[in-house]
Amino acid sequence: MMRYWTAFQTILIKETMRFVRIWPQTVLPAVVTTTLYFIIFGKLMGERIGDMADMSYIEFIAPGMILMTVITNSYANVVSSFYSSKFQRHVEELLVSPVPNWVILAGYVGGGIARGLSVGIAVSIVSAFFVDFQVYSFSLGLLVFVMTSAVFATAGFINAVFANSFDDISIVPIFVLTPLTYLGGVFYSIDLLPAFWQQVSLFNPILYMVNAFRYGIYGVSDINVLWAFFIMAGFLALLLGVALYLLRQGIGIKS
Amino acid sequence: MNPLFALSISDLKKTYRGGHEALKDINLTVSEGEFFALLGPNGAGKSTAIGIISSLVTKSSGCVEVFGHDLDRDPMGARRSIGLVPQEFNFNQFEPVEEIVLNQAGFYGISRREAKVRAEAELRQLDLWDKRRVSARDLSGGMKRRLMIARALVHRPRLLILDEPTAGVDVEIRNSMWTFLQELNRQGTTVILTTHYLEEAEALCRQIAIISHGHIVENATMAGLLSRLHEEALLLNLRAPQETLPEVEGFALRCVDRCTLEVTIKREQSLNRLFQVLDQAGVEVMSMRNKKNRLEQLFMNLLDASES
Repeated sequence: MMRYWTAFQTILIKETMRFVRIWPQTVLPAVVTTTLYFIIFGKLMGERIGDMADMSYIEFIAPGMILMTVITNSYANVVSSFYSSKFQRHVEELLVSPVPNWVILAGYVGGGIARGLSVGIAVSIVSAFFVDFQVYSFSLGLLVFVMTSAVFATAGFINAVFANSFDDISIVPIFVLTPLTYLGGVFYSIDLLPAFWQQVSLFNPILYMVNAFRYGIYGVSDINVLWAFFIMAGFLALLLGVALYLLRQGIGIKS
Repeated sequence: MNPLFALSISDLKKTYRGGHEALKDINLTVSEGEFFALLGPNGAGKSTAIGIISSLVTKSSGCVEVFGHDLDRDPMGARRSIGLVPQEFNFNQFEPVEEIVLNQAGFYGISRREAKVRAEAELRQLDLWDKRRVSARDLSGGMKRRLMIARALVHRPRLLILDEPTAGVDVEIRNSMWTFLQELNRQGTTVILTTHYLEEAEALCRQIAIISHGHIVENATMAGLLSRLHEEALLLNLRAPQETLPEVEGFALRCVDRCTLEVTIKREQSLNRLFQVLDQAGVEVMSMRNKKNRLEQLFMNLLDASES
């Protein structure tokens, strides 16, 4: 078991150092973008929009903005790193080694969580310049952070397994992830939507994550938080199961 | 389980998704401590066989054991016993040399402290220590090959598999690699080699298997195989140009040019007799070499036989 722990640490450190080395490409853009969002949507437009869910608009969007960067960065880290390892064939270093599939997956997902947390913390620090946070439950917020990161890091891994070109790793973030995030209650409360679209929104997993995180920060949410955690855990279990199945079958990595 | 063999393959088959049958019922054993050559033309199934042994390719059926570790029942045990040097460069080109070796050690569960000691030893042995902080993409082709050998050895495998290790390297590096691999084999590591340079196989390997169209068409000792050559063509370089072809009874002679003779000798014929007669005819031989590499000649014969 100690061997596997060493192998896990090796993958995790390798994955973490990968994004740390190129921080101007991995951490900085999220900080710059979020700052612009806060200035434009929070300050300039937000003051005209008024309150939402009994709080100022900038306060309302802050948790979603932070979580949005966590989602995109966790996903991007794993999808680009694992696809690169396939493209350059150094994934073979792992495949020939006595490393069980679950250790490989844990290492990559761990790397995704590390980037999600690093960028999330950086963006949270920026947010603190615009919003006076009164954190309702730090541990709950952190749990949502980690679970959300894990869900999207695993999803990124699955995307990378199927990807055959660099185009394939950008399709999902652009056409699936971004729309789901924007429609996941980051910028508005679902109470504003007509009843039908409220029901449709409930199929969006990001809605649960954003609301659970908002609950961790302010203690308020559009939806039942317990249910949100149940949904996140369900998604995580499902995606981990799919990723392990793909690794066991060697789909996309073995001929 | 057969712990006597470094590698034991039985009834191994591989059919790719498109329907191409790369391996058709392969049976093969490699004894511990052996220096083994797996030869065959392009597309014969060598790389597929190596891919299956090293867990990079999934087999369709059959059984593979590495030092008694069954690939299906104990894949981790089998992988721990193998070091692989693949044909293509398969390391992260942007990582420094030492980091690549250290990471590989980590994947095998070797602690960072121990990995550093081993990485230094391997990199020094392969003349890469001075390049340890250099990004892998900045290495020359020969250095990249040596890096893959260092990486494959860092966990001290009992079986080292090299898929065309000297492809594209210069003579000097190739010779130093040969010496290194021979020393490694002397120390007890079983070595399996695929190569297109048949003189390389002849110089290094004691046992040989030839694969063609997914079948093993020959599996014998190198000495046993070479003894099957019934005749050899030799080229004799002469001191002085010859206007006429000297007649030597019992030997087929041919003029390649005025200073070079080609002679075909049968296995039972003595070279002394040839030189004696040439000497009497006033023909002075300065040097002699095989027209074709002996193994190459046999290899072509065996492939022709398997085709027909």
